[in-house]
Amino acid sequence: MHLTREEEDGLDGKNGNPISSAYKILLSIGKATNAERLIPVEWVHLSGVNYNTIGDAGVEFLTKYSEEARFVVPTTINPMGYDSNKQNNLSSNFQKQQGRIAKAYGKMGSIPSFSCIPYELFELPERGHNVSFAESNAAVMVNSVFGLRTNKESSLSALASAITGKAPYSDLRIDSTRNPKIRIKIDKELKTELDYGLLGYFSGKSVKESCVSFGSSISNIDMYKTKSLAAGLGTSGACGMFSNKDTHDETISFGKEEQKSTVDELNTTDSGDVIALGSPQLGMYEMEQLSKMIVGKKFSKKCMIFCARPVYEKSCKSGIAKILEKAGANIICDACTCLSPLLSREEYDGVITNSVKAAHYLNKSNGVSVCLKDLKSIIRDHTK
Amino acid sequence: MEYSLRGKTIVGGRAKGMILLTTQPINFLSSVDKMTGRITDKNHELFGKFLKDSILIFPYSVGSSVGAYSIFALKSNNASPSGIICSLKTDITTASGCAIANIPLLELCKDQVIPEIETPSEGIIDGSSGFLQIKKV
Repeated sequence: MHLTREEEDGLDGKNGNPISSAYKILLSIGKATNAERLIPVEWVHLSGVNYNTIGDAGVEFLTKYSEEARFVVPTTINPMGYDSNKQNNLSSNFQKQQGRIAKAYGKMGSIPSFSCIPYELFELPERGHNVSFAESNAAVMVNSVFGLRTNKESSLSALASAITGKAPYSDLRIDSTRNPKIRIKIDKELKTELDYGLLGYFSGKSVKESCVSFGSSISNIDMYKTKSLAAGLGTSGACGMFSNKDTHDETISFGKEEQKSTVDELNTTDSGDVIALGSPQLGMYEMEQLSKMIVGKKFSKKCMIFCARPVYEKSCKSGIAKILEKAGANIICDACTCLSPLLSREEYDGVITNSVKAAHYLNKSNGVSVCLKDLKSIIRDHTK
Repeated sequence: MEYSLRGKTIVGGRAKGMILLTTQPINFLSSVDKMTGRITDKNHELFGKFLKDSILIFPYSVGSSVGAYSIFALKSNNASPSGIICSLKTDITTASGCAIANIPLLELCKDQVIPEIETPSEGIIDGSSGFLQIKKV
């Protein structure tokens, strides 16, 4: 990969250690993705904010790194472990370490968004412009729906982009890669947001290319289904974009059997003691849908709703938050269902959710069993 | 038997360890215990095996972008592979994690075929020449 004189100097440590490490990361991913050069990015979204995911090694790394490092492009950050405005019963160590992470990102200059749906909260650059998004659902969403360009960045590659303002020009930043060469043929009727999440999860596992086509059948799906599809795809695979463009290349069928085997992998219990909604965090559209379905009813189990803070604030103004809270839901900001320490094995035997992403991480990382149901069924079965 | 496989060096350096081979991708965040390096995903063919001090040969990593921190944490906890080979494509998570953790990383060249590897076998990665040597021990 060709580096300019300035980039070479950065790599050689002439501008300090953090910039040198950042270029070392960019060089490695440039080599990995066959990039010829680096290009500027306009916006970075970072993952690696939740203490539950990065642990003590991550805390120490970020604390040290933030002594010198500063972000040179607008940089938003993913959810952390809890809602900073609400009481929780997490350990003092968790709160201390989580606090250090938030402080380190703040010191480097991040916008304290604590959200995995930055594409619903901030003004987007024009279509075709380059960004660097870690957080797999967000990378898939901005590539597939909003026409921005990002690779499926890692926490560290996006961090390197935030420090340098650059990313390797490769893979999904290049036109030809954005034309799908493999297609998933949908051989069953997809009705609910859960169906689309399962399609995404199956596809991520089945496809090794960076972009996959679902054909025109996904052209008019709503925001809930689209986010569910993007999150499923990002969770199980390496694919960072979906498209409705047709392709005559290889096709893989997603029918009843494929859906069933995906459910069998993720659905690990028939019941649960808590309902958790929001992975990705809910946006205004889903909050509205949910409030329409729940009005006049009450959840018969504990219910946690994870949404972005600006979404919560808007919901308070419009009265939606009141409807949900009256139904017994606890609305939590700054955190997300997947990998939240609020949903631990010590506290819950099973979690009921409509999110395949949440199901994957609750099962595999939190060690909590999951009962997967679509939203309509959750409301039907668990409200009075 | 001794074999030699050619790769592209993504992160340089030399590494030696017992070969741990899989054809299944790995999600470093959800499927590996960061303290011990044990593969904890029951559905994975390496379930129960330890990454520590190995030469890990796997196709590519999947899933969470935070997997890069998981690779760094494995190294900090002295539980990481000594070196890694991506046999299909090098993903950004693996590349960036290895870059920051100083774990030598090669991507296997497209024309290279992994032979039947007897267990246990030892692997040596040489980042400067881009070769992986495998020999039965």
